[in-house]
Amino acid sequence: MQLYRFHGGLPLPGLKGDLPALAIRDCPLPATLVLPMRLHARGVLQPLVKVGERVRRHQMLARPDHTGGAALNAPAAGVIEAIELRGLPHAPGEVDQALILRVDAGDPLDGLPFAPMANWAERTPTELRERLVEAGVAGLGGAAFPTADKLLLPCHTLILNGAECEPYIACDARLLVEQAEQILRGGLLLAHVVGAERVQVAVEDSMRPAIEALRVALAELADPRLQLVEVPTRYPQGGERQLIEVLTGQQVPRGGLPQNLGLVVHNVGTALSAWRAVVHGEALIDRVVSVTGPGVAQPGNWRVPLGTPVAHLIEQAGGYTAAAERLLMGGAMMGVALPDDGFPIVKASTCVLVLEADSVKPTRAPMPCIRCGDCADVCPPKLMPQLLHEALRGGDLEQAAELGLGDCIDCGLCDIACPSAIPLLAQFREGKHGLRVDRRKALESGAARERFEARAARLERHQAETAERRANIGAKAASAATVAAAIAKAKALASADSARDSAQKDGE
Amino acid sequence: MKTFSTAAAPHLPPRGSVRALMLEVLAALLPGVLAHVYFFGPGVLIQIALACAFALLIEAVCLRLRARPMEPFLTDGSALLAAVLFALCLPPLTPWWISAIGMLAAIGLAKHAYGGLGYNLFNPAMVGYAVVLISFPFELSQWLAPRGLGLEPPGLVASLSAIFSGTPPAPGWDTLAQATPLDTLRQLSAQGLTLVEIRDDPLFGDFGGRGWEWIANFYALGGLWLLYRRKIPWQTPVATLGSVILLTLPLWALEPDVHPFPLQHIFSGALVLAAFFIVTDPVSGCASTRGRLLFGAGVGVLTLLIRRWGSYPDAVAFAVLLMNCAAPMLDRYTRPRIYGEAKS
Repeated sequence: MQLYRFHGGLPLPGLKGDLPALAIRDCPLPATLVLPMRLHARGVLQPLVKVGERVRRHQMLARPDHTGGAALNAPAAGVIEAIELRGLPHAPGEVDQALILRVDAGDPLDGLPFAPMANWAERTPTELRERLVEAGVAGLGGAAFPTADKLLLPCHTLILNGAECEPYIACDARLLVEQAEQILRGGLLLAHVVGAERVQVAVEDSMRPAIEALRVALAELADPRLQLVEVPTRYPQGGERQLIEVLTGQQVPRGGLPQNLGLVVHNVGTALSAWRAVVHGEALIDRVVSVTGPGVAQPGNWRVPLGTPVAHLIEQAGGYTAAAERLLMGGAMMGVALPDDGFPIVKASTCVLVLEADSVKPTRAPMPCIRCGDCADVCPPKLMPQLLHEALRGGDLEQAAELGLGDCIDCGLCDIACPSAIPLLAQFREGKHGLRVDRRKALESGAARERFEARAARLERHQAETAERRANIGAKAASAATVAAAIAKAKALASADSARDSAQKDGE
Repeated sequence: MKTFSTAAAPHLPPRGSVRALMLEVLAALLPGVLAHVYFFGPGVLIQIALACAFALLIEAVCLRLRARPMEPFLTDGSALLAAVLFALCLPPLTPWWISAIGMLAAIGLAKHAYGGLGYNLFNPAMVGYAVVLISFPFELSQWLAPRGLGLEPPGLVASLSAIFSGTPPAPGWDTLAQATPLDTLRQLSAQGLTLVEIRDDPLFGDFGGRGWEWIANFYALGGLWLLYRRKIPWQTPVATLGSVILLTLPLWALEPDVHPFPLQHIFSGALVLAAFFIVTDPVSGCASTRGRLLFGAGVGVLTLLIRRWGSYPDAVAFAVLLMNCAAPMLDRYTRPRIYGEAKS
C-alpha cells in the first residue's frame, strides 16, 4: 500500500524501554474512587445518583443531558459518598463536579446492567450508538471524545489508530499484543455503525510485537475488510490528521472533520471497549495505563479502574524513585504536569509518567528567537511558529490568527526544535485561549448589539405607535367636538322644541 | 500525598542551543579560513582576532548600557560569527581601526540599536562591511596578491606592523597591493578588452581569481557540511548561486567575449562565502521556504546588477542589505499553505 508523508514531525528518542513486553496487570481497587463528571471540553454530565445511594458495578452514575455523548459508569460497587468539586487531571487548573465513590469490594450487587448483544450485526446504528453512550465509551487515545458522537456520519473507511507515537507510552502497543483479535472485531463493529466497507489498522513500524499479534489475528479472522498498515515511527504519527494524510495523501479540510473525506479514526483501545460494551454488555470502567519513567520504581502496564488516585497506582508500581521530580498525566510531549498525586485516572489517561530532574526540560532562560525556522521545519500543520511567536509577543492576536494559530495541534515539537529554548507551545496555548475569549466576546457583543438594536427598534416602534395613537386621539377629539356640537345643536333644538311645546301647552 | 513542581508541556529538553549552532557555523568556516590564510598570509588571522576582540568588547558595553545580562548573550557566539564574517571581507593588512569602526557599526548599530540578538533587521557583518567600504574605499581596496603570483604573502611580524603602524610590510608594498580580480575585470573591460584577453592576466585562475577560487571551494565545503547537518536551509544558497548561473549562462552563451563564464561569477569575490554563510543568516533573512528562495535569488540578481553597473567592484554586501529590507514583506506574502487549507 502506498503511504504518504505528513509535513514536519520528528523521530523522537525511543523511550518505551521494554514496556511493550510487560503484560498488563490488574490494579486492585482503592478504598475510594474519584469520578469527575466532565470528560472533555464539551462533555458535562448530569448525575443520576444521590449522595448516600448504593450503586452497582457498571451502573450509569451520570449521563449527558443531550443525545449522544458518553455516560459515566460505576467502576465498582459501593456508596456515593459525596458530589463535590475536584481538580480535573486532564485540564490543568480547572475544577468540576466529581462523584466520590466509596468502594464496597465485598458487595454482592455486581451484575451487568446492559444485555449483551451477540447479534450486533443485525442491530441498527442508532441502537448500537445508544449502547456506546450508556456504556460510557469514549476515545482512549487521550482526548476522551465520546465514541458515539464520532459515529454519526457515514464513512467509507474506518481507521484504527494504533500509532502510539508519544515516547514512553506503550498502553496501546501492549493492548494490541494481548487482545488484537477483539480489537479487530471492535473495528468491524464500529465500521458497521458508520457503514464503512474497509477497516485499516495503523501501527508504527517499530511496534514489532503488536504487528505480529495483529498478523495472527488477521489470519484468524480472514476478513477482507481488514487491513494492517505499518506507518513510519515518527512523532506525531498518531495525530488524527497526520495519520489520515499518511494513509490517504489527503488533508482534512481546515475547520472540517475527517468525515468530510469519508473517514473516521478511532483508537485501538476504544475499539476494544466498544466491542466489550456491545457484545459483553460491559461499560467502560477501567483502562490500560502505562506507568513509567525514570521516577517510577517498576514501570509497567496496568488495567486501572477509572477514578483510581494516581498515588494508589504508583504504590502498585513500587512507588517513586528518589529522583522523582515531575508527575505527568499523559506523555512527555503532550502530558499535563500534576501538582500532586491525588488526581484520579480518567478515560483520557494513557500514561502516568514520572520524570527525574535530569530528564525534565531545564528551566534555562529562553534566548530571543533567531528565526532559524527549525520550528517551522517540524510543525505538522505547517505553521510558521517563529512568526506566530513574533505576533503573540507583540500581542497581535489577529495577526496570529491569520498565521493559523487556531490550527496548532499542541504537539510541542516547536519547543523541542527551538535552539533558543522558547516555550512556544505554552505561548500558543495562551494565544488560543485568547482567541476563544475574543470569539466569545464577539459573540456576546454581537448579541448585545442585537439586543440594543432590537430595543432601539422597539422604542422607535413604540414611539411611532404612541404618536399614531396620539394623532388618532386628536382626530377622535376633533370628531368628538363636532359630535358634541351636533349634540348641543340637537339639544338646543330639542329645548327649543320643548319650549315651543310647553308654550303650546301653556297656550292650550 | 506527594506534591510536584509543574511546568508546561512538552517535557522533553530542546535539542539544540543558539551557542551550539553559532559554534558549528564558525567551525564550518574553518576550512575556508585556512585556505584564506594560505593564500593571503597571517594578516587574515590578525583581522579575525581584531574583529572578534572588538566585537566582544562592544557587545559587552552594549549589554551593560542596555542593562541586559552578560550571560548567555556574551558567549552565544553570534557576535563572534559576525566578527569573523566581517574580517574575512577585509584586505589582510587593513589598519586596525577599520575593524573597530566596522564592529561598532555591526554590533553597536546594526545589532544592539535594533534590540540585540534576534531583533536586527540587517545582517550585522554586512552593515559593518558596507560602512567601512563606503567610508574608507582606499584602505578597503589594498588587497595583496595571492600566493603563487611571485611575491610571498607577508609574514606575521610584517603583517602586525602594517596593521598597527600603517607602515608597508616590505619595500614591495606597491606591487603587493593589488586590485582584486573583479576590479581588474571591471577596469579592463571598460577599456574595451575582451574577456579572453583579460583572463590572460595571471591574476585569474581556472574560474575566478587565482587563489580566490580555492578559498571559495573550501567555504563551499564548510557550507555543504552545514547543509548536511541541516544547520542552514538549502533554499538560500541554492537560490543565490542558482540565480547567478541561470542569469549569466544565456548571456555568456551568446557573447562569451563580453560576458563572463557563469562559474567565473560564482568563484569571484565573496559570492560562495555569502551564499553559505551570510545570506543564510536567519535573523535578517526570510523564514518561509518560498521566501528564502526569493531572498537568495534576490541576492544573486542584485549582486550581478551591482557588479555590472554599480561603482563598487563586489556587491554581495549591498545585495544582502537590500534584500534584508525586503525580507519582512517576502515573509508576509509567502506564508506556506497550512494543513487542510484550500489550494488557492
